[in-house]
Order: sequence, then C-alpha cells, then structure tokens
Amino acid sequence: MRSPAKSFAAVVRSLNQPGAAGRLTALAIPYAWLGLFFLLPLLIVLKISVSESVMGIPPYEPILTFAENATLQIHLTFSNFVLLLRDDMYVVAYVNSVKIAAISTLISVLLGYTMAYGIARSPLRWRYLLLMLIIIPFWTSFLIRIYAMIGFLKDNGLVNNLLMALGIIDQPLAIMYTPAAVYIGIVYSYLPFMVLPIYAALERMDPSLLEAASDLGAKPWKAFLRVTLPLSMPGVVAGSLLVFIPAVGEFVIPELLGGLGSPMIGKVLWAEFFSNRDWPVSSAVAVAMLALLVVPVMMFDRFASRYFRGR
Amino acid sequence: MTGRTPWFVISVLILGYLFLYGPIFSLVFYSFNESRLVTVWAGFSTRWYGELMHNDALLSGAWLSLQIAFLTACAAVVLGTLAAFALIRFGNFRGRTLFAGMVTAPLVMPEVITGLSLLLLFVAMESVLGGPKRGMMTIVIAHATFATAYVTVVVQSRLGQLDMSLEEAAMDLGARPFKVVRVITLPLIWPAMLAGWLLAFTLSFDDLVVATFTSGPGAKTLPMEVFSSVRMGVSPQINALATIFIVVVTSAVVIANQLAFRRRA
Repeated sequence: MRSPAKSFAAVVRSLNQPGAAGRLTALAIPYAWLGLFFLLPLLIVLKISVSESVMGIPPYEPILTFAENATLQIHLTFSNFVLLLRDDMYVVAYVNSVKIAAISTLISVLLGYTMAYGIARSPLRWRYLLLMLIIIPFWTSFLIRIYAMIGFLKDNGLVNNLLMALGIIDQPLAIMYTPAAVYIGIVYSYLPFMVLPIYAALERMDPSLLEAASDLGAKPWKAFLRVTLPLSMPGVVAGSLLVFIPAVGEFVIPELLGGLGSPMIGKVLWAEFFSNRDWPVSSAVAVAMLALLVVPVMMFDRFASRYFRGR
Repeated sequence: MTGRTPWFVISVLILGYLFLYGPIFSLVFYSFNESRLVTVWAGFSTRWYGELMHNDALLSGAWLSLQIAFLTACAAVVLGTLAAFALIRFGNFRGRTLFAGMVTAPLVMPEVITGLSLLLLFVAMESVLGGPKRGMMTIVIAHATFATAYVTVVVQSRLGQLDMSLEEAAMDLGARPFKVVRVITLPLIWPAMLAGWLLAFTLSFDDLVVATFTSGPGAKTLPMEVFSSVRMGVSPQINALATIFIVVVTSAVVIANQLAFRRRA
C-alpha cells in the first residue's frame, strides 16, 4: 500500500511532469470507448423501457418530440413495467432466475471450496496438473461444454447408460429438460470461476498460522473454522459474485438444457426481443434485471478494484 | 499446510474432476462413432470429420469468427492496456470511480443485457449517423467492449507488481515518458498483454449471445451456426468440431503453461 502522502506526491508529480498530454490521451481513449459502448447503451435501454411500443422501425415512440408550435413534448410511459408486474409469466421467471442462480451459487461454493482446498493441500508435484485441469475447461468453449452436457445427461446418454449397465436403475432418469439439468449446467459451466479465486486466497495464506493454532491446542476442524475459512472468505465472495451475477441472466443453459418448467429472465428477454419484436418490453425486462443486479455488481466493482490492483 | 487431507476432501476432488471431464470425454468418444445415432456405438470412424470439412455453413462461420476474434483481441489489448495504465499509474484522477466501474462491470454483466443494449445503440447510431452497418464490425465493437475488461484485469495485476523504481530511474536519467514506456514498461508487461490478447480472442470466438444481438443480415458466426444446429438436435458433426476445438485449446493451454513455467524456473 502506498501512503496517502506518497500518492498525493504522485498526483502532483503527474501534473507537472513531461508527457501529461500523452497521459491524457492514454486515459481519454478507453474512457471514451467505454462511455460510448458500455454506459450510453445502458442509458438507451433505460430510455426505451419507458417508451411506447409501436409497429415500425424502430418499433418504439420517441420520448421527446417537437410539436407543431415548437414546444417540446415528453412521452413517458410506465406501462411496460406495469405489464411485467401484472403478467405472472414475468414475475415467475424473475423469481425463478434468482432462485436458480442462488442455489447454483451455493452448490458451486460447496463443491468449489472443497476442490480448491484439496488442490491447495495436494503435494506440489500434483498441484500444477490439478490446477491445469481446472484452467482447461475455463478456456474451452462455453457453448461446446453445454452441448457436451446434453450428450451426457439425456435419456440414452452416458450417465443413464452407465447407471443402467451397473443395474442401479432400470429406467433412464429424466434429467434433461428439467430444472435439475439447469442447476447441473450452471454449476458445470461456472465451477472454474469459483475454484480459481478460492484457491488463490488459500494459497496466499501463511501456513505458520495453522501451526500456531495447532500448537495452541486447536483441533484441525477448529483451526479450519477459525483460521482457514475466514482468511479464504475474499475468494469465496469473489467466486460467488462471478457465478451469481451472470447466472441470473443466463440464456444458453436454460434454453438448451431446461424445459418449459424452468423459465428464466434471460430467456424471456430473448423471446420478447427476437420472437415478439417488442423492444420496449425487452428493455423493461433488462432494466428490471439490472435493478436486481446493481448491488451485486457494485460489490464486485469495489472488490475488484482492490483485488486486481496487484499487491 | 499441516496434517492429513481428510478423505472426503479427496473424494469430492475426484468426483469434481469426473464431473468436469465426463461430458467432454463422452463427446470426444462419440465423435469417432460410425453411427448417426450419437449414443449407439457402431465402430470407429472418422467419417464426421470428413463431412465437417464439406460443411460450408460451419466453415464460413468459423472464418468469420476467426476474423472477428483477431480484430477484437487487437482492439481489446490496446484499450485494456491503456485502461490498466490509467488505473495503476495515474493516481486518483477525477472520474476514477466511474472509470474503474465501467472497466470491471462488463466482467459480470449478463450477456443478454450487453447484447440488447449495444444493439439498441447501433440502431440509434444508424438512424442518427447513418452507420455503422450491422454485421462484422458491430460484433467486433461489442466484443472489444467486454474483452477490454478482461485484458485490463490481466495487465493491471502485472503492472501493480512491477517495481516502479526502474521507470523512475529512467526518468531521472532524462528519458522521455514515451521512451520509458517503450523501453522499460512494455518489455516487462508484454507476457500479460499476450495473455490478455489470447483471453480476448477466446472470449470473442466463443460468444453466442452478444453476437446474435449485434450481428446483421448475412453475418453468422461459428457459435451462431453451432447453436442453430444444436437446437435441431445433437449432430455427430458438431461432436467432431467440438473435439477439434478441445484438442486445440488443451494443447495451447499446456504449451503456454510450459513456457511460463520454464521462464520462471
């Protein structure tokens, strides 16, 4: 950490030193890009979510128009949001998305923590291989992995064939097109995002802390609860946010693995946009999703700005 | 760490790896299956690999995706490296909080929101400015925007670890800032920039949702082709394609790690 005095000195230096113009350019380019292609689009979504939908291109009413006598008229409508609240389909999809994302995150924490813990405790010559085996799926195509899951879970897929060959079941388990398949798909896809930050937190831990706990008479499980777990919490928080936030808006997994019984907001938004061509309603769905995610996203931002700055 | 690893940790670890790799192995295995029915084994064959080479839709999708991924990765490395510099070296400039937020939020933003919002922007731009036409370039812009976030994270953590005294020494010896960056900083951070480039390339090559929203008529990327054929049902050609993809990615990751490992040792 740099002391406040030092960072103040750095700011003063940065203003006086040669190359201030270069620094300004270096900052202005990404700033302008993100402002134009990240922030502005979100504001447009917000704007269209309060516009009236019409037939035409683009299929929404402008919210600002000039009437004949050159007075500015504002058309704002909250009917799109009222529709979301009135129609059960949206409310059910909304609640269901949060439920599926939360439960999947919890399962990922339990599985991911145990795996990260196992890797961190493995002998050094194994650890490199075990980590690599977590990283490879992380780089492999998301769509291909979901596709692989279909072949794995379906009625005549590997899991059912194996269980039937072993005589554990007589009839294939219907997993595909159920909510269970969606949970499995989310945990499967996002598991590396959970394991890697938890492993990083565990690896940073000073092993002498555990020795000290054991010298002071703490049982291993108590040392785990009082020392290891609290110290690895930043990894758990980072992993949970990396799983929960994208999972709420997931489209591909419920579309390919889930059936009609597991509606999620991402799927509803997609259908409103591509099938119904109702831009204002799909924007309203997006705004409703953002309202839910704004707190987790801000938590993630705060966390990331501390975490990624290097030490 | 001290003490024995509990048996249940080891069993969960084994189960976890089976879970991660079971579906992939089953896919690779059935890609060499003679039968069209993906799960009935009818003998070894490379027939689907041959048919894949004649599937024009998938091939042209792959070519388009490669071009998009290449352009995305180059743009994202430039933007992300500049952003990382700003965040690490420029102190607390005005608007830093907003900037840091805009850099990290795309990492977790659900793809449907990114896709929808960018499409609405492109439509608005088309009606006000008359362009850009929706197609390859709009997909590149969309991909570069979220890929920049990943590059920034990778370069940022490398920059944060660097010893600033090297740069300060060069400055004290009278080097111009631009020269310091070129001679001292860039040689030290290029491995992170390369990692960021590869990450951006992979993310772009793999993206379905954002590309579907921001694409125009006629521009169908590989994931879009794969998605529409998967929706029709499981096809052995896709198994073959996926196997090739997995082999390429696995070798790339292993080679990259070997290189990084040897460098350190």
